[in-house]
Amino acid sequence: MSEPSLAVIGAGPAGLAATLAAAARGIRVTLIDSAPEAGGQFYRQPAPGLGARRPQALHHQWRTWERLRDRLRTHVRAGTVRHLTDHHVWFVERRGAARLTVHALTGPEQAEAAEVHADAVLLATGGYEKVLPFPGWTLPGVVTAGGAQAMLKGGLVLPGRTAVVAGTGPLLLPVATGLAAAGATVAALVDSADPAAFVRRSRALAARPDKVVEGAGYAGRLLRHRVRTFLHHTVVAAHGAERLEAVTVAALDRNGRVRPDTRRRLDCDTLAVGHGMLPHTDLADALGCRVDGTAVHVDDEQRTDVPGVWAAGETTGIGGSALSLAEGHIAGRSIAARLAGRTPDPASWAAAARTRERLRAFFAAVDSVYAPPAHWAEQVTDETVVCRCEEVPAGAVREAVRELGAGDLRTVKLLTRAGMGWCQGRVCGPGVAGIAGCEQSAGRRPFARPVPLGVLARAGESEESA
Amino acid sequence: MNPLDLVRAEPGPAFTVTLDGREVEALPGQTVAAALWTAGVTSWRTTRGEGRPRGIFCGIGVCFDCLVTVNDRPNQRACLVPLRPGDAIRTQEGTGHDE
Repeated sequence: MSEPSLAVIGAGPAGLAATLAAAARGIRVTLIDSAPEAGGQFYRQPAPGLGARRPQALHHQWRTWERLRDRLRTHVRAGTVRHLTDHHVWFVERRGAARLTVHALTGPEQAEAAEVHADAVLLATGGYEKVLPFPGWTLPGVVTAGGAQAMLKGGLVLPGRTAVVAGTGPLLLPVATGLAAAGATVAALVDSADPAAFVRRSRALAARPDKVVEGAGYAGRLLRHRVRTFLHHTVVAAHGAERLEAVTVAALDRNGRVRPDTRRRLDCDTLAVGHGMLPHTDLADALGCRVDGTAVHVDDEQRTDVPGVWAAGETTGIGGSALSLAEGHIAGRSIAARLAGRTPDPASWAAAARTRERLRAFFAAVDSVYAPPAHWAEQVTDETVVCRCEEVPAGAVREAVRELGAGDLRTVKLLTRAGMGWCQGRVCGPGVAGIAGCEQSAGRRPFARPVPLGVLARAGESEESA
Repeated sequence: MNPLDLVRAEPGPAFTVTLDGREVEALPGQTVAAALWTAGVTSWRTTRGEGRPRGIFCGIGVCFDCLVTVNDRPNQRACLVPLRPGDAIRTQEGTGHDE
Protein backbone atom coordinates (compact mmCIF):
# COMPACT_ATOMS: atom_id res chain seq x y z
CA MET A 1 0.00 0.00 0.00
CA SER A 2 1.33 3.44 -0.93
CA GLU A 3 2.04 6.07 1.70
CA PRO A 4 -0.78 8.53 2.47
CA SER A 5 -1.09 11.54 0.19
CA LEU A 6 -2.01 15.19 0.68
CA ALA A 7 -3.04 17.77 -1.89
CA VAL A 8 -2.19 21.34 -0.84
CA ILE A 9 -4.02 24.03 -2.79
CA GLY A 10 -2.09 27.30 -2.81
CA ALA A 11 1.68 27.83 -2.58
CA GLY A 12 1.66 30.95 -0.43
CA PRO A 13 2.97 31.03 3.15
CA ALA A 14 0.25 28.74 4.57
CA GLY A 15 0.46 26.16 1.79
CA LEU A 16 4.26 26.12 1.85
CA ALA A 17 4.47 25.71 5.62
CA ALA A 18 1.95 22.86 5.54
CA THR A 19 3.67 21.17 2.61
CA LEU A 20 7.04 21.21 4.37
CA ALA A 21 5.65 20.06 7.72
CA ALA A 22 3.73 17.16 6.18
CA ALA A 23 6.45 16.09 3.74
CA ALA A 24 9.04 16.02 6.54
CA ARG A 25 6.78 13.50 8.31
CA GLY A 26 6.50 11.02 5.49
CA ILE A 27 3.40 12.29 3.68
CA ARG A 28 3.46 12.39 -0.11
CA VAL A 29 2.44 15.97 -0.98
CA THR A 30 1.17 17.46 -4.22
CA LEU A 31 1.40 21.25 -4.03
CA ILE A 32 -0.99 22.82 -6.54
CA ASP A 33 -0.78 26.51 -7.44
CA SER A 34 -1.94 28.83 -10.20
CA ALA A 35 1.27 30.84 -10.39
CA PRO A 36 4.36 29.86 -12.39
CA GLU A 37 6.36 29.91 -9.14
CA ALA A 38 5.69 29.31 -5.46
CA GLY A 39 5.23 32.25 -3.07
CA GLY A 40 1.61 33.32 -3.32
CA GLN A 41 0.82 37.02 -3.32
CA PHE A 42 3.01 37.89 -0.33
CA TYR A 43 6.12 36.28 -1.83
CA ARG A 44 5.17 36.92 -5.46
CA GLN A 45 8.31 36.55 -7.55
CA PRO A 46 9.39 38.47 -10.65
CA ALA A 47 9.24 36.25 -13.75
CA PRO A 48 12.63 34.49 -14.14
CA GLY A 49 13.06 35.99 -17.63
CA LEU A 50 13.27 39.44 -16.03
CA GLY A 51 16.56 38.46 -14.41
CA ALA A 52 16.04 40.24 -11.08
CA ARG A 53 19.30 40.03 -9.14
CA ARG A 54 17.90 41.73 -6.02
CA PRO A 55 14.20 40.74 -5.91
CA GLN A 56 14.32 41.22 -2.13
CA ALA A 57 14.23 45.00 -2.73
CA LEU A 58 10.47 44.61 -3.24
CA HIS A 59 9.93 42.17 -0.38
CA HIS A 60 9.63 41.70 3.35
CA GLN A 61 10.91 38.78 5.43
CA TRP A 62 13.09 37.67 2.54
CA ARG A 63 15.10 35.23 4.65
CA THR A 64 11.95 33.39 5.64
CA TRP A 65 11.11 33.09 1.95
CA GLU A 66 14.59 31.78 1.11
CA ARG A 67 14.26 29.08 3.76
CA LEU A 68 10.82 28.05 2.50
CA ARG A 69 11.97 28.06 -1.13
CA ASP A 70 15.12 26.05 -0.43
CA ARG A 71 13.33 23.43 1.63
CA LEU A 72 10.65 23.11 -1.07
CA ARG A 73 13.36 22.59 -3.72
CA THR A 74 15.00 19.90 -1.59
CA HIS A 75 11.71 18.03 -1.24
CA VAL A 76 10.90 18.37 -4.93
CA ARG A 77 14.35 17.01 -5.87
CA ALA A 78 13.93 14.13 -3.41
CA GLY A 79 10.53 13.32 -4.91
CA THR A 80 8.66 13.79 -1.63
CA VAL A 81 6.79 16.82 -2.98
CA ARG A 82 5.30 17.24 -6.43
CA HIS A 83 4.84 20.96 -7.27
CA LEU A 84 2.22 21.60 -9.95
CA THR A 85 2.50 25.20 -11.22
CA ASP A 86 0.02 27.00 -13.54
CA HIS A 87 -2.77 24.79 -12.20
CA HIS A 88 -5.96 26.73 -11.57
CA VAL A 89 -8.16 24.73 -9.19
CA TRP A 90 -11.86 25.11 -9.90
CA PHE A 91 -13.40 22.35 -7.76
CA VAL A 92 -12.63 19.77 -5.08
CA GLU A 93 -14.89 16.77 -4.64
CA ARG A 94 -15.17 13.69 -2.50
CA ARG A 95 -15.08 10.33 -4.25
CA GLY A 96 -16.08 7.53 -1.97
CA ALA A 97 -15.49 7.54 1.75
CA ALA A 98 -11.93 8.75 2.07
CA ARG A 99 -10.68 9.97 -1.30
CA LEU A 100 -10.68 13.54 -2.56
CA THR A 101 -10.28 14.74 -6.13
CA VAL A 102 -8.90 18.17 -6.99
CA HIS A 103 -9.91 19.50 -10.42
CA ALA A 104 -7.68 22.09 -12.09
CA LEU A 105 -7.35 23.86 -15.42
CA THR A 106 -3.97 24.13 -17.05
CA GLY A 107 -2.26 24.90 -20.33
CA PRO A 108 -1.67 28.31 -21.95
CA GLU A 109 -5.38 28.75 -22.57
CA GLN A 110 -6.46 27.14 -19.30
CA ALA A 111 -8.62 24.70 -21.20
CA GLU A 112 -6.89 21.43 -20.34
CA ALA A 113 -8.09 19.40 -17.39
CA ALA A 114 -5.89 18.03 -14.59
CA GLU A 115 -6.96 15.91 -11.63
CA VAL A 116 -5.15 15.13 -8.40
CA HIS A 117 -6.36 12.39 -6.06
CA ALA A 118 -5.45 12.50 -2.39
CA ASP A 119 -6.37 11.21 1.06
CA ALA A 120 -6.48 14.73 2.49
CA VAL A 121 -6.72 18.27 1.15
CA LEU A 122 -5.42 21.49 2.65
CA LEU A 123 -7.15 24.64 1.43
CA ALA A 124 -4.60 27.46 1.49
CA THR A 125 -6.32 29.61 -1.10
CA GLY A 126 -5.51 32.98 0.49
CA GLY A 127 -7.50 36.14 0.12
CA TYR A 128 -8.07 39.10 -2.15
CA GLU A 129 -8.61 42.77 -1.72
CA LYS A 130 -11.85 44.42 -0.75
CA VAL A 131 -12.60 47.75 -2.45
CA LEU A 132 -15.69 49.80 -1.68
CA PRO A 133 -17.16 51.82 -4.57
CA PHE A 134 -16.97 55.59 -5.02
CA PRO A 135 -17.67 57.85 -8.02
CA GLY A 136 -14.99 57.26 -10.65
CA TRP A 137 -13.62 53.97 -9.28
CA THR A 138 -14.06 52.24 -12.65
CA LEU A 139 -11.68 54.63 -14.45
CA PRO A 140 -8.49 53.11 -15.85
CA GLY A 141 -5.69 54.16 -13.53
CA VAL A 142 -7.71 53.20 -10.45
CA VAL A 143 -6.29 49.87 -9.26
CA THR A 144 -6.45 47.91 -6.05
CA ALA A 145 -3.54 48.59 -3.69
CA GLY A 146 -2.61 44.92 -3.73
CA GLY A 147 -2.96 44.83 -7.52
CA ALA A 148 -0.47 47.66 -7.93
CA GLN A 149 1.89 45.74 -5.66
CA ALA A 150 1.36 42.46 -7.51
CA MET A 151 2.10 44.06 -10.89
CA LEU A 152 5.21 45.64 -9.41
CA LYS A 153 6.49 42.46 -7.73
CA GLY A 154 5.68 40.11 -10.61
CA GLY A 155 6.09 42.25 -13.74
CA LEU A 156 8.38 45.02 -12.45
CA VAL A 157 6.02 47.68 -13.79
CA LEU A 158 4.29 50.78 -12.47
CA PRO A 159 0.82 51.91 -13.52
CA GLY A 160 1.83 55.57 -13.89
CA ARG A 161 4.10 58.30 -12.57
CA THR A 162 2.09 59.94 -9.80
CA ALA A 163 0.10 57.81 -7.40
CA VAL A 164 -2.28 58.33 -4.52
CA VAL A 165 -2.58 55.36 -2.16
CA ALA A 166 -5.88 55.36 -0.30
CA GLY A 167 -8.45 53.44 1.68
CA THR A 168 -7.75 51.75 4.96
CA GLY A 169 -5.65 48.94 6.38
CA PRO A 170 -2.06 47.90 6.99
CA LEU A 171 -1.47 46.95 3.32
CA LEU A 172 -1.45 50.64 2.30
CA LEU A 173 1.94 51.20 3.98
CA PRO A 174 4.02 48.65 2.03
CA VAL A 175 2.18 49.61 -1.16
CA ALA A 176 2.96 53.33 -0.75
CA THR A 177 6.60 52.76 0.20
CA GLY A 178 7.03 50.09 -2.50
CA LEU A 179 5.68 52.32 -5.29
CA ALA A 180 7.89 55.18 -4.07
CA ALA A 181 11.01 53.00 -3.91
CA ALA A 182 10.31 51.82 -7.48
CA GLY A 183 10.29 55.39 -8.76
CA ALA A 184 6.67 56.55 -8.59
CA THR A 185 5.86 59.88 -7.01
CA VAL A 186 3.43 59.06 -4.21
CA ALA A 187 1.44 62.26 -3.88
CA ALA A 188 -0.45 61.14 -0.79
CA LEU A 189 -1.26 58.26 1.53
CA VAL A 190 -4.90 58.62 2.56
CA ASP A 191 -6.22 56.44 5.39
CA SER A 192 -9.69 56.75 6.84
CA ALA A 193 -8.39 55.29 10.11
CA ASP A 194 -5.65 56.54 12.37
CA PRO A 195 -2.93 54.06 13.31
CA ALA A 196 -2.54 56.04 16.55
CA ALA A 197 -5.74 54.32 17.62
CA PHE A 198 -3.48 51.33 18.26
CA VAL A 199 -2.04 53.12 21.24
CA ARG A 200 -5.38 52.56 22.91
CA ARG A 201 -5.00 48.84 22.26
CA SER A 202 -1.80 48.36 24.14
CA ARG A 203 -2.49 44.71 24.97
CA ALA A 204 -2.58 43.57 21.33
CA LEU A 205 0.47 45.70 20.57
CA ALA A 206 2.48 44.55 23.58
CA ALA A 207 2.02 40.99 22.34
CA ARG A 208 3.67 41.86 19.02
CA PRO A 209 6.59 44.27 19.51
CA ASP A 210 7.84 43.26 16.04
CA LYS A 211 4.76 44.88 14.53
CA VAL A 212 5.55 48.16 16.33
CA VAL A 213 9.04 48.12 14.83
CA GLU A 214 7.60 47.30 11.40
CA GLY A 215 5.20 50.25 11.65
CA ALA A 216 7.99 52.62 12.67
CA GLY A 217 10.04 51.45 9.70
CA TYR A 218 7.23 52.38 7.31
CA ALA A 219 6.83 55.79 8.94
CA GLY A 220 10.52 56.48 8.32
CA ARG A 221 10.29 55.43 4.68
CA LEU A 222 7.21 57.59 4.09
CA LEU A 223 9.16 60.57 5.46
CA ARG A 224 12.18 59.78 3.31
CA HIS A 225 10.06 59.64 0.16
CA ARG A 226 8.22 62.80 1.26
CA VAL A 227 4.82 61.11 1.12
CA ARG A 228 2.13 63.32 2.58
CA THR A 229 -0.11 61.37 4.91
CA PHE A 230 -3.77 62.23 5.41
CA LEU A 231 -5.30 60.35 8.34
CA HIS A 232 -9.07 60.39 9.02
CA HIS A 233 -9.43 61.20 5.32
CA THR A 234 -11.15 59.38 2.50
CA VAL A 235 -11.30 59.45 -1.29
CA VAL A 236 -14.60 61.03 -2.28
CA ALA A 237 -14.25 60.73 -6.06
CA ALA A 238 -11.86 59.88 -8.88
CA HIS A 239 -11.89 62.21 -11.89
CA GLY A 240 -11.03 61.81 -15.56
CA ALA A 241 -12.57 61.22 -18.97
CA GLU A 242 -10.89 58.14 -20.43
CA ARG A 243 -8.43 57.63 -17.59
CA LEU A 244 -7.68 58.92 -14.11
CA GLU A 245 -6.51 62.53 -13.85
CA ALA A 246 -7.15 63.47 -10.22
CA VAL A 247 -8.89 62.45 -7.02
CA THR A 248 -10.82 64.43 -4.43
CA VAL A 249 -10.08 63.59 -0.82
CA ALA A 250 -11.78 64.95 2.27
CA ALA A 251 -11.50 64.75 6.04
CA LEU A 252 -13.89 62.62 8.09
CA ASP A 253 -15.71 63.74 11.21
CA ARG A 254 -15.80 61.63 14.35
CA ASN A 255 -18.85 59.73 13.11
CA GLY A 256 -17.19 58.74 9.86
CA ARG A 257 -18.97 61.33 7.69
CA VAL A 258 -17.23 63.50 5.10
CA ARG A 259 -16.68 67.10 6.23
CA PRO A 260 -17.70 69.02 3.08
CA ASP A 261 -15.50 72.07 3.72
CA THR A 262 -12.34 69.94 3.66
CA ARG A 263 -12.41 68.63 0.08
CA ARG A 264 -9.17 68.95 -1.83
CA ARG A 265 -8.20 67.82 -5.31
CA LEU A 266 -4.95 65.91 -5.87
CA ASP A 267 -3.58 65.44 -9.39
CA CYS A 268 -2.51 61.84 -10.08
CA ASP A 269 -2.58 59.23 -12.84
CA THR A 270 -2.81 56.28 -10.45
CA LEU A 271 -5.03 55.59 -7.47
CA ALA A 272 -4.11 52.45 -5.53
CA VAL A 273 -7.07 51.80 -3.27
CA GLY A 274 -8.09 49.11 -0.80
CA HIS A 275 -10.36 48.66 2.21
CA GLY A 276 -9.03 45.44 3.70
CA MET A 277 -9.05 41.84 2.57
CA LEU A 278 -11.51 38.99 2.08
CA PRO A 279 -10.83 35.24 2.28
CA HIS A 280 -11.23 32.98 -0.75
CA THR A 281 -13.83 30.44 0.42
CA ASP A 282 -15.23 29.00 -2.83
CA LEU A 283 -13.59 25.56 -2.62
CA ALA A 284 -14.45 25.17 1.06
CA ASP A 285 -18.03 26.19 0.44
CA ALA A 286 -18.43 23.77 -2.48
CA LEU A 287 -17.10 20.94 -0.28
CA GLY A 288 -19.71 21.80 2.32
CA CYS A 289 -17.29 23.19 4.91
CA ARG A 290 -18.76 25.52 7.51
CA VAL A 291 -18.05 29.15 6.65
CA ASP A 292 -18.49 31.69 9.48
CA GLY A 293 -19.22 35.14 8.11
CA THR A 294 -16.61 35.41 5.37
CA ALA A 295 -14.01 32.89 6.65
CA VAL A 296 -13.67 29.11 6.70
CA HIS A 297 -14.26 27.68 10.18
CA VAL A 298 -11.43 25.52 11.57
CA ASP A 299 -10.69 23.80 14.87
CA ASP A 300 -7.43 23.97 16.87
CA GLU A 301 -5.80 21.55 14.41
CA GLN A 302 -6.91 23.69 11.41
CA ARG A 303 -9.45 21.02 10.45
CA THR A 304 -12.65 22.10 8.73
CA ASP A 305 -15.81 20.25 9.71
CA VAL A 306 -15.56 18.09 6.56
CA PRO A 307 -13.45 14.95 7.15
CA GLY A 308 -10.16 15.00 5.27
CA VAL A 309 -10.26 18.74 4.60
CA TRP A 310 -7.99 21.19 6.43
CA ALA A 311 -7.69 24.98 5.89
CA ALA A 312 -4.98 27.48 6.81
CA GLY A 313 -3.96 31.06 6.14
CA GLU A 314 -6.14 33.93 4.90
CA THR A 315 -8.97 31.59 3.88
CA THR A 316 -9.66 31.07 7.59
CA GLY A 317 -9.50 34.81 8.35
CA ILE A 318 -7.21 37.66 7.34
CA GLY A 319 -4.06 37.87 9.41
CA GLY A 320 -0.95 38.21 7.27
CA SER A 321 1.97 35.97 6.40
CA ALA A 322 3.27 35.13 9.88
CA LEU A 323 -0.14 33.86 10.97
CA SER A 324 -0.45 31.92 7.71
CA LEU A 325 2.91 30.26 8.33
CA ALA A 326 1.89 29.25 11.86
CA GLU A 327 -1.48 27.88 10.73
CA GLY A 328 0.09 26.02 7.82
CA HIS A 329 2.69 24.45 10.08
CA ILE A 330 0.01 23.25 12.52
CA ALA A 331 -2.14 21.92 9.67
CA GLY A 332 0.78 20.01 8.14
CA ARG A 333 1.62 18.34 11.46
CA SER A 334 -2.01 17.53 12.16
CA ILE A 335 -2.47 16.02 8.70
CA ALA A 336 0.69 13.91 9.03
CA ALA A 337 -0.50 12.45 12.33
CA ARG A 338 -4.12 11.90 11.26
CA LEU A 339 -3.16 10.22 7.97
CA ALA A 340 -0.86 7.90 9.93
CA GLY A 341 -3.83 6.98 12.10
CA ARG A 342 -2.54 8.79 15.18
CA THR A 343 -4.06 11.52 17.32
CA PRO A 344 -1.67 14.45 17.13
CA ASP A 345 -0.15 15.93 20.29
CA PRO A 346 -0.82 19.70 20.33
CA ALA A 347 2.25 20.13 22.56
CA SER A 348 4.35 19.35 19.48
CA TRP A 349 3.23 22.62 17.87
CA ALA A 350 2.95 24.73 21.04
CA ALA A 351 5.16 27.56 19.71
CA ALA A 352 3.15 27.87 16.49
CA ALA A 353 -0.08 27.78 18.50
CA ARG A 354 1.14 30.66 20.69
CA THR A 355 2.05 32.66 17.58
CA ARG A 356 -1.37 31.89 16.13
CA GLU A 357 -3.15 33.03 19.29
CA ARG A 358 -1.24 36.31 19.52
CA LEU A 359 -1.59 37.16 15.85
CA ARG A 360 -5.31 36.41 15.80
CA ALA A 361 -5.70 38.83 18.73
CA PHE A 362 -3.51 41.37 16.99
CA PHE A 363 -5.49 41.23 13.75
CA ALA A 364 -8.79 41.44 15.61
CA ALA A 365 -7.47 44.79 16.87
CA VAL A 366 -6.33 45.70 13.35
CA ASP A 367 -9.83 45.00 12.05
CA SER A 368 -11.47 47.25 14.60
CA VAL A 369 -9.01 50.12 14.03
CA TYR A 370 -9.01 49.92 10.23
CA ALA A 371 -12.75 49.71 9.62
CA PRO A 372 -13.94 51.66 6.56
CA PRO A 373 -15.67 54.97 7.41
CA ALA A 374 -19.07 54.25 8.91
CA HIS A 375 -20.99 56.35 6.37
CA TRP A 376 -19.00 55.59 3.22
CA ALA A 377 -22.13 54.61 1.28
CA GLU A 378 -23.48 58.18 1.53
CA GLN A 379 -20.73 59.28 -0.87
CA VAL A 380 -21.80 56.80 -3.54
CA THR A 381 -24.03 58.65 -6.01
CA ASP A 382 -26.96 56.84 -7.69
CA GLU A 383 -25.07 56.97 -11.01
CA THR A 384 -21.93 55.27 -9.61
CA VAL A 385 -21.44 51.79 -11.05
CA VAL A 386 -21.17 49.40 -8.10
CA CYS A 387 -21.06 46.04 -9.95
CA ARG A 388 -18.19 46.51 -12.37
CA CYS A 389 -18.96 43.44 -14.53
CA GLU A 390 -22.67 44.00 -15.07
CA GLU A 391 -22.44 47.82 -14.80
CA VAL A 392 -25.17 48.08 -12.19
CA PRO A 393 -25.46 51.60 -10.72
CA ALA A 394 -25.98 52.23 -7.02
CA GLY A 395 -29.38 53.71 -7.81
CA ALA A 396 -30.62 50.34 -9.07
CA VAL A 397 -29.50 48.63 -5.87
CA ARG A 398 -31.21 51.29 -3.76
CA GLU A 399 -34.38 50.94 -5.81
CA ALA A 400 -34.35 47.16 -5.37
CA VAL A 401 -34.23 47.66 -1.61
CA ARG A 402 -36.64 50.60 -1.36
CA GLU A 403 -39.25 49.77 -4.01
CA LEU A 404 -38.97 46.01 -4.41
CA GLY A 405 -38.25 44.92 -0.85
CA ALA A 406 -34.87 43.24 -1.40
CA GLY A 407 -33.28 42.59 1.99
CA ASP A 408 -30.29 40.38 1.23
CA LEU A 409 -27.50 40.09 -1.32
CA ARG A 410 -29.11 37.20 -3.17
CA THR A 411 -32.37 39.08 -3.79
CA VAL A 412 -30.50 42.24 -4.81
CA LYS A 413 -28.56 40.09 -7.29
CA LEU A 414 -31.71 38.54 -8.76
CA LEU A 415 -33.38 41.94 -9.15
CA THR A 416 -30.42 43.96 -10.44
CA ARG A 417 -27.82 41.46 -11.81
CA ALA A 418 -25.25 42.88 -9.33
CA GLY A 419 -22.86 39.96 -8.80
CA MET A 420 -23.92 37.93 -11.85
CA GLY A 421 -20.99 38.84 -14.07
CA TRP A 422 -17.51 37.48 -14.66
CA CYS A 423 -16.22 37.92 -11.12
CA GLN A 424 -19.39 36.41 -9.59
CA GLY A 425 -19.72 39.16 -6.99
CA ARG A 426 -16.23 38.80 -5.55
CA VAL A 427 -15.49 42.48 -6.18
CA CYS A 428 -18.91 44.08 -5.73
CA GLY A 429 -20.16 41.98 -2.78
CA PRO A 430 -19.06 44.28 0.05
CA GLY A 431 -20.07 47.42 -1.85
CA VAL A 432 -23.52 46.16 -2.80
CA ALA A 433 -24.12 44.90 0.76
CA GLY A 434 -23.15 48.29 2.20
CA ILE A 435 -25.39 50.22 -0.19
CA ALA A 436 -28.28 47.81 0.29
CA GLY A 437 -27.79 47.93 4.05
CA CYS A 438 -27.69 44.14 4.35
CA GLU A 439 -25.17 41.69 5.70
CA GLN A 440 -22.16 40.67 3.65
CA SER A 441 -22.11 36.91 3.53
CA ALA A 442 -19.58 34.69 1.79
CA GLY A 443 -20.67 34.24 -1.80
CA ARG A 444 -21.94 30.78 -2.79
CA ARG A 445 -20.40 29.80 -6.09
CA PRO A 446 -20.42 26.26 -7.45
CA PHE A 447 -16.97 26.62 -9.05
CA ALA A 448 -13.98 28.68 -8.01
CA ARG A 449 -13.35 29.94 -11.56
CA PRO A 450 -14.92 29.76 -15.01
CA VAL A 451 -14.69 26.26 -16.52
CA PRO A 452 -14.96 25.38 -20.23
CA LEU A 453 -18.09 23.28 -20.76
CA GLY A 454 -16.06 20.49 -22.42
CA VAL A 455 -13.87 20.16 -19.33
CA LEU A 456 -16.92 20.14 -17.09
CA ALA A 457 -18.59 17.44 -19.20
CA ARG A 458 -15.57 15.14 -19.01
CA ALA A 459 -14.71 15.76 -15.34
CA GLY A 460 -14.69 12.55 -13.36
CA GLU A 461 -14.21 10.25 -16.35
CA SER A 462 -10.55 9.55 -15.63
CA GLU A 463 -9.55 6.41 -13.73
CA GLU A 464 -8.48 6.77 -10.14
CA SER A 465 -4.75 6.30 -10.64
CA ALA A 466 -2.77 8.18 -8.01
CA MET B 1 14.83 54.88 -10.14
CA ASN B 2 12.53 52.47 -11.92
CA PRO B 3 11.35 48.98 -10.91
CA LEU B 4 13.93 47.19 -13.10
CA ASP B 5 16.80 49.19 -11.57
CA LEU B 6 15.43 48.68 -8.06
CA VAL B 7 15.85 44.90 -8.32
CA ARG B 8 18.94 45.18 -10.57
CA ALA B 9 17.18 43.32 -13.35
CA GLU B 10 19.10 41.92 -16.28
CA PRO B 11 16.20 40.81 -18.45
CA GLY B 12 16.53 38.42 -21.36
CA PRO B 13 16.28 39.97 -24.81
CA ALA B 14 13.17 42.06 -25.44
CA PHE B 15 10.78 40.88 -28.14
CA THR B 16 7.95 42.34 -30.15
CA VAL B 17 4.22 41.76 -29.92
CA THR B 18 1.45 43.78 -31.51
CA LEU B 19 -1.40 45.76 -30.00
CA ASP B 20 -4.04 46.32 -32.70
CA GLY B 21 -1.28 45.90 -35.27
CA ARG B 22 1.06 48.42 -33.64
CA GLU B 23 4.38 47.02 -32.44
CA VAL B 24 4.93 46.95 -28.67
CA GLU B 25 8.08 45.77 -26.94
CA ALA B 26 7.86 43.17 -24.17
CA LEU B 27 10.32 41.58 -21.77
CA PRO B 28 10.46 37.82 -21.23
CA GLY B 29 8.06 36.64 -18.54
CA GLN B 30 5.93 39.77 -18.55
CA THR B 31 2.19 39.41 -18.76
CA VAL B 32 0.08 41.16 -21.39
CA ALA B 33 -0.84 43.77 -18.78
CA ALA B 34 2.76 44.42 -17.68
CA ALA B 35 3.90 45.01 -21.27
CA LEU B 36 0.96 47.31 -21.99
CA TRP B 37 1.60 49.33 -18.82
CA THR B 38 5.24 49.71 -19.88
CA ALA B 39 4.01 51.00 -23.25
CA GLY B 40 1.88 53.57 -21.41
CA VAL B 41 -1.42 51.82 -22.20
CA THR B 42 -3.75 51.48 -19.21
CA SER B 43 -7.03 50.51 -20.89
CA TRP B 44 -7.64 47.90 -23.57
CA ARG B 45 -11.28 47.07 -23.60
CA THR B 46 -14.67 48.76 -23.48
CA THR B 47 -17.61 47.44 -21.51
CA ARG B 48 -20.64 45.65 -22.98
CA GLY B 49 -23.24 48.09 -21.71
CA GLU B 50 -21.86 51.60 -21.57
CA GLY B 51 -18.76 51.21 -23.76
CA ARG B 52 -16.56 52.51 -20.95
CA PRO B 53 -12.78 51.94 -20.95
CA ARG B 54 -11.27 49.36 -18.59
CA GLY B 55 -7.84 47.93 -17.82
CA ILE B 56 -6.17 46.42 -14.77
CA PHE B 57 -8.07 46.60 -11.50
CA CYS B 58 -7.24 43.70 -9.14
CA GLY B 59 -4.04 42.56 -10.87
CA ILE B 60 -4.35 38.97 -9.56
CA GLY B 61 -7.02 37.33 -11.71
CA VAL B 62 -10.05 37.88 -9.48
CA CYS B 63 -11.98 40.78 -11.05
CA PHE B 64 -11.94 40.05 -14.84
CA ASP B 65 -11.80 43.77 -15.61
CA CYS B 66 -8.63 43.43 -17.72
CA LEU B 67 -10.13 41.15 -20.40
CA VAL B 68 -8.40 41.31 -23.77
CA THR B 69 -8.21 39.38 -27.05
CA VAL B 70 -4.96 37.41 -27.39
CA ASN B 71 -4.25 35.65 -30.71
CA ASP B 72 -7.96 35.79 -31.63
CA ARG B 73 -9.10 34.34 -28.29
CA PRO B 74 -11.30 36.94 -26.57
CA ASN B 75 -11.79 37.41 -22.82
CA GLN B 76 -8.29 36.50 -21.64
CA ARG B 77 -7.19 38.06 -18.37
CA ALA B 78 -4.31 40.38 -19.29
CA CYS B 79 -2.92 40.21 -15.73
CA LEU B 80 -2.37 36.44 -15.97
CA VAL B 81 -1.42 35.69 -19.58
CA PRO B 82 2.35 35.69 -20.22
CA LEU B 83 3.43 37.10 -23.58
CA ARG B 84 5.32 35.19 -26.24
CA PRO B 85 7.13 36.70 -29.22
CA GLY B 86 4.76 37.58 -32.04
CA ASP B 87 1.59 37.49 -29.94
CA ALA B 88 -1.21 39.60 -31.41
CA ILE B 89 -3.12 41.56 -28.77
CA ARG B 90 -6.34 43.24 -29.77
CA THR B 91 -8.35 45.70 -27.72
CA GLN B 92 -11.73 44.23 -27.02
CA GLU B 93 -15.18 45.74 -27.44
CA GLY B 94 -18.14 44.38 -25.51
CA THR B 95 -18.19 40.60 -25.27
CA GLY B 96 -15.25 40.23 -27.66
CA HIS B 97 -17.41 38.06 -29.93
CA ASP B 98 -18.97 40.89 -31.91
CA GLU B 99 -16.55 41.06 -34.82
